[in-house]
Amino acid sequence: MYRYDQYDQAMVDTRVAEFRDQTRRRLEGKLTEDQFKPLRLQNGLYLQLHAYMLRVAVPYGTLNAAQMHVLANIADKYDRGYGHFTTRQNIQYNWIKLEDAPDILADLAAVEMHAIQTSGNCIRNISSDQFAGAAADELIDPRPYAELLRQWSSFHPEFLTLPRKFKICVIASETDRAAMKLHDIGIRIVKNAAGEIGAAFYVGGGMGRTPMIAPLIRDFVPLDQLITYSEACLRVYNRYGRRDNKYKARIKILVHELGKEEYTRQVEEEFAHLLTQGIEPPIAELERIMAHFADPAFDTAASDDLDLSNRDFALWVARNTVAHKQPGYVIANISLKPVGGIPGDASAAQIHLMADLAKEYSFDELRVTHAQNIVLPHVRKADLFTLWQKLEAAGLGAANLDTVEDIIACPGLDYCSLANARSIPVAQKISQRFAANGKTGELGELKLKISGCINACGHHHAGHIGILGVDKKGLENYQLLLGGCEGDDTSLGKITGPGFTEDGIVDAVEKATDVYLAEREEGERFLDTYRRIGMEKFKEAIYA
Amino acid sequence: MKILTGNDLKSGAVVWWTGQDWSIHVEDAVDVGDQADTILAQEEAARRVNASYAIDAEPDGERGVRPAHIKDRIRALGPTVRPDLTLKPADPNAGNWVI
Ligand code: SF4
Repeated sequence: MYRYDQYDQAMVDTRVAEFRDQTRRRLEGKLTEDQFKPLRLQNGLYLQLHAYMLRVAVPYGTLNAAQMHVLANIADKYDRGYGHFTTRQNIQYNWIKLEDAPDILADLAAVEMHAIQTSGNCIRNISSDQFAGAAADELIDPRPYAELLRQWSSFHPEFLTLPRKFKICVIASETDRAAMKLHDIGIRIVKNAAGEIGAAFYVGGGMGRTPMIAPLIRDFVPLDQLITYSEACLRVYNRYGRRDNKYKARIKILVHELGKEEYTRQVEEEFAHLLTQGIEPPIAELERIMAHFADPAFDTAASDDLDLSNRDFALWVARNTVAHKQPGYVIANISLKPVGGIPGDASAAQIHLMADLAKEYSFDELRVTHAQNIVLPHVRKADLFTLWQKLEAAGLGAANLDTVEDIIACPGLDYCSLANARSIPVAQKISQRFAANGKTGELGELKLKISGCINACGHHHAGHIGILGVDKKGLENYQLLLGGCEGDDTSLGKITGPGFTEDGIVDAVEKATDVYLAEREEGERFLDTYRRIGMEKFKEAIYA
Repeated sequence: MKILTGNDLKSGAVVWWTGQDWSIHVEDAVDVGDQADTILAQEEAARRVNASYAIDAEPDGERGVRPAHIKDRIRALGPTVRPDLTLKPADPNAGNWVI
């Protein structure tokens, strides 16, 4: 994985020193909160319901064991013994003291991490496929390009005060596992008819209050023009994005209002101009980055055999592991969704353990997924049973990936000051309901996503079943959505009708799944059945 | 009644105006009548509180003061999903007060 050079390190070290001074001046009263707030936000420090909250960037979700240990140490030393992995492949701490924040940033900098650009109207953490570098269906590893974009976008002077926040995703596989078309810019690395590798650009997607699926604006940009084309996309947005209305300021609104054709025309014009300016980083820099992402030293003699005689292990293998490009290896997913647990939360001890397991069994690599789980990307099949036993012993062995129990839930009103309703208790009750009624396995793939407000951090628009918390005259209320999907056939969920109480929404979800079980045809997932039969039968059952 | 709340500048802890000072216990909150703006301006300027605001609340027999909105009741107690981290970790019914 990528390691900082002297410039990267100098940048984060300088930022820590700068923030230490800013924090001191705030505590001494030399800065008002109005002056200080934008400075702390630029360092990922929010003020949330119970305390300050620190969001730490995990570039394209990739971590090594040393970094993971530091994340656990921060949870222990400065927080309350746990961290929360987010849908942006980051980690958040909920109980941070302002006076500790500079020390935490220094601890992070010591392992090449930071919280820069995890807030504010700038280009945020670049996201990517959590199976990058390991997936069997991958064209190339997208992470060198994600890293190049990270370097280009870090402190990019032109794009630090955009009309609104900006999210970029890069993938390079057949299957989209990163909700690529629901980003401001989604980049898919593709091969053209001539066999050359380039990038398809999807621009203007997003969730939030006005969800939109990004249209394809160019199907092939040569990879040695990737940054130039990205810069053109951003420039047009920066110039014409709405700054007068926060709710219309995202690029999706600009692309929608201008129309895809006109937006594309302007991007192409800007692109042609920028090509004459020679802004693309030198190829030597890309090669330097690429060298960090060489395959680990796989054991080419590793056996493909797996003893599945233990039934619990066999279930975990079936649900939580994915084919690896290297024979004898698998991708192992650690579910952070135990039944009745808090989606995405992990204790310091669990974080330490996952770090140790990565070191021992996965070439020192971990990934954070947008579904709030952790991945050990390169595990020898021969080590899988031992690994699973260690996960089980630590409460990390839930065999439920991509099932109705693998719920994405934002922090909601338990932690978030923008929330209308709590998300976590709903997730807990749903996972408990399905664990108790035993239908989880029968339901197969079912992506359920919950947000505590219209900002949609819990991706409710993209859930096969989505739940949105709303405020109904001071009371928590929950709307149900059906038919959303991220990935290759991205679609946005539709609201079923009037909302529900907390218990009512759990019943409604179960009724929807019962309709699926009654109506499904051979091989259909919940989403397929919904798409075939439409909303009506679901509504009849839910509101009966 | 009108009560005042905010966060402690250094620790970020949720605090409530007691008439003289700030307390982490909502039951210490006092009715400030129409003095909210004056008190908040003074206290913010003295950096004794951060991100402060006034809210409606009502006297509550059981716990003294009950903020009108669920968000402030969650702030007063702690996350409902982590009773161990709330101000009443030993009280299994504390969560009911929030809802
Ligand atoms: S969706 Fe709303 S409630 Fe949930 S984390 Fe985002 S802003 Fe907070």
